[in-house]
Amino acid sequence: MTLAQAIKGEKLIIRSIDDSEMRMKAIRFGVMEGAEVICAEKLPRGPVIIRRGRQELAVGHGLAQNITVERVAKI
Amino acid sequence: MGLLEINKSLKIPSGVKKIVLAGNPNVGKSVFFNALTNRYVDVSNFPGTTVDISHGSLGKDILIDTPGIYGVSSFNDEEKVARDVIIQADIVINIVDALHLERDLFLTQQIIDMGLPMVVSLNMMDEAIKNGVKIDIEILEEELGVPIIPSVAIEGKGIEEIRDALQRARPGKKVPYIDALLKPVSPFFSNVGEALLYLEDDPLIEAPFLLSAKAGSQEEIYMQRRIRVNEIMEMAIRETTVGASLSARLGQLMLQPFPGIPLLFISLLAMYYFIGVFIAQIVVDFTEGVVMENYYCPFMENIVGRVFSPDSLLGYILAGEYGVLTLTVVYLVGLLLPLVAGFYFSLSIMEDSGYLPRIATLTDRLMVKLGLNGRAIIPIILGLGCVTMAAITTRLLGSKRERIIATALLGIAIPCSAQLGVIFGMVAPLGISYLFLYLAVIIGVFMLLGLIMARVLPGRSTDLLIDLPPLRLPQLKNVLKKTYHRTGHFIKEASPLFALGALLISLLNISGSLHTIQNFLRPLITGWMRLPPEAATAFIMGIVRRDFGAAGLYSLNMNTGQTLVSLVAITLFVPCIASVLVIFKERGIKDGLLIWVGSFLTAFLVGGWLALFMV
Repeated sequence: MTLAQAIKGEKLIIRSIDDSEMRMKAIRFGVMEGAEVICAEKLPRGPVIIRRGRQELAVGHGLAQNITVERVAKI
Repeated sequence: MGLLEINKSLKIPSGVKKIVLAGNPNVGKSVFFNALTNRYVDVSNFPGTTVDISHGSLGKDILIDTPGIYGVSSFNDEEKVARDVIIQADIVINIVDALHLERDLFLTQQIIDMGLPMVVSLNMMDEAIKNGVKIDIEILEEELGVPIIPSVAIEGKGIEEIRDALQRARPGKKVPYIDALLKPVSPFFSNVGEALLYLEDDPLIEAPFLLSAKAGSQEEIYMQRRIRVNEIMEMAIRETTVGASLSARLGQLMLQPFPGIPLLFISLLAMYYFIGVFIAQIVVDFTEGVVMENYYCPFMENIVGRVFSPDSLLGYILAGEYGVLTLTVVYLVGLLLPLVAGFYFSLSIMEDSGYLPRIATLTDRLMVKLGLNGRAIIPIILGLGCVTMAAITTRLLGSKRERIIATALLGIAIPCSAQLGVIFGMVAPLGISYLFLYLAVIIGVFMLLGLIMARVLPGRSTDLLIDLPPLRLPQLKNVLKKTYHRTGHFIKEASPLFALGALLISLLNISGSLHTIQNFLRPLITGWMRLPPEAATAFIMGIVRRDFGAAGLYSLNMNTGQTLVSLVAITLFVPCIASVLVIFKERGIKDGLLIWVGSFLTAFLVGGWLALFMV
C-alpha cells in the first residue's frame, strides 16, 4: 500500500520513497526505508502527517502516493 | 555556480578566525548571536538571494550567523548560503533543539563529518525536561566527540559557557563508514568539507582530475549517517514519556479541517484588522497624508524648483506628476513601508510560532490543484500586502513551473493592500451582495487561472514535505528583528525599480505615448465594458500605482453595475509598474511579457463578460 492510503492512528514501516530528492530530504528528518512511523493525521485527499518520535512531517498527497509502506498495527 | 568567498564578501581580514553559528530553523541561533556579539553588527545580502547574513565581532574573532537548515547541501538558497559559510568556518557553534535531537543531530553529525572543529549547544533544555526527555550529556559528548553545553538561551543560561567552550572546540567522531570513504579522496581537495560534499554529490564541488565526475554516494552516506544518529539517540536518551502536551494537541487541532480552517479565517481576519484597518488607515494616513503630502512633497518641490523650472523636462521628471523624488518616495515610504512592515511582522509571528507550516499543510490540497504546493501560500498572503514584495518571495518555490504560476496569479488576480483599501471603500456602499459578487468573481478568476496553468504549463510541480515544529510563543525581539531585516531588504531591492517605473511613466507622458494608449483603451472601455470614457484615465493611472487606478474610478458618475464592472477590471488589470519590473527581472522578458499581456486580456475579458449582465 502507499502512504496516501494510510489511516489516522496506524503504525507503518516505510518500504520505499520513489523520488530521489525527497528521499534525501526525508532521511534528514529521520524517515527512511525501514523506519517505523505513525500516521498522526490525514487531511482528506491532502497531506498525510507522519510522526516518528517527536518529529512530525507533513507529506503532500502526490508524494505520499509515491511512498510505499507496510501496515504494522493500529493503535 | 562557485563558492562564495566569505572573507571577500563580508570583508573579513585574513587571519581573523571565523566562528560560524549553524543549526536547524527556529532553534534560537539569533538569541546566541545577539548575546555573543557586541553592538556593531553587519548584515550582508548574498547576491541573487533574499538571504541575509549577520556578522559581528566576538573578541578578536568574527561570529557569523547562518540561515536555519536541516543539512549542508543545496536544495534551496538558504542551504547554499549556509553551506558556503560553514565550509569556510574555522570553528562551528552548532545549536540544537534538545527536544528534537532526532532531527537536529543529522546536521551536527554532517558538520562533524566535514572535519570542522565545533562545540554543540543543547538549547531549550527546560522544555526537554518538562517533556520528560532525559539526555545523558556525557554519553552524547563521548559519542559525538565534541564539547556539549546545555542551555536555555532565552533565559541567558549557557551562553557564557559557550564562549569559554570555544577553546575546547575540536573535530568530532566521523561516522566510520563515511570516514573510510573520505580517506582516499581527501588528498584531492583543499579540506575534508569539500571532499565530503563531493562524495555527497553537491553541485558546488567540481570533481578534480583523476576522480569520477560524480561520486554517486549521497544516498548511502545519508543512510549511514542517519543510522549512526539513531544509534547515538538510543544510547544518550534514557527515558521518554511521550505525553501529548497542550501545544502538541493545539498543533494537531490546527491541522484538522475543523477547527483548522475556521482558525485560519480568524487569524487572517486578525491580520486584516491589524494591517487593513490599523496600518492602512491610521498609520498610513499619518505617514502618507501628513508627513509626505504636507511636509516632504512641498519641501522637495521647492528644492527641485530652485534648480529646474517645474515646466522643464528635468523638473517634471524629478518632481512633477510622477516625480522620481516625489511620487516614488511618497509611494514607497509613505504608503508601502508601513504596509510591508505590517505584513512581515505578521508573517514572522506565524513563522516563529510554528503556525506557518501548518497553514501550508492545510492549504496544500487546494494549492496542488493550482499547480503549486502549500508553501506557495506565503507569496499569496504577502501579495495581498504588496505584489512587488510577493513576486520577490516566489524564489522560495521549488520549481520554475511553480514560480511562473505563482507570479502570474500574483500579477493578475491578487489585489495589493493599497488597492484593496480603495476597492472596499467603493464596494461597501453598494451593499453586501455586491461585495460577495466582487469577491466571487476575483476568487473565481484566481482559481480558473491556476487550474488552466496547472494543465497547460509543462513540467512537474514539487510535492510538499515540511517539518511541523512544535508550537512556541514567538519572541518579540526576534520577530521585530526579522521584520526589520526583511522590510529593509524589500526597500533596498524595490526602490530602484519604483524610481525607474516613475521615470518610464514620465517619459511616456511627455512623449505623448500615454495619450495614445488611453485612446487605444477608450473603445474597449466604453463599447465593450460599457463604462464612461473618463474611466480610461483611471486605467492609465493603474499602470503607475494600483490604488491610483482604483481611486480614479471613485469620482466617476457610475451606476452600481458599472462600479462593480470597473472595480473587477481594475483589480485584474496590470500590476503597478514596479511589480511589472520585478516580474521581468525575476521571470525574464518572455514570461514577464506573457503575464503582462495576460493581465490586460483577463481584465477586459472578464470585465466585458460581467458587463453583459450587470450593465
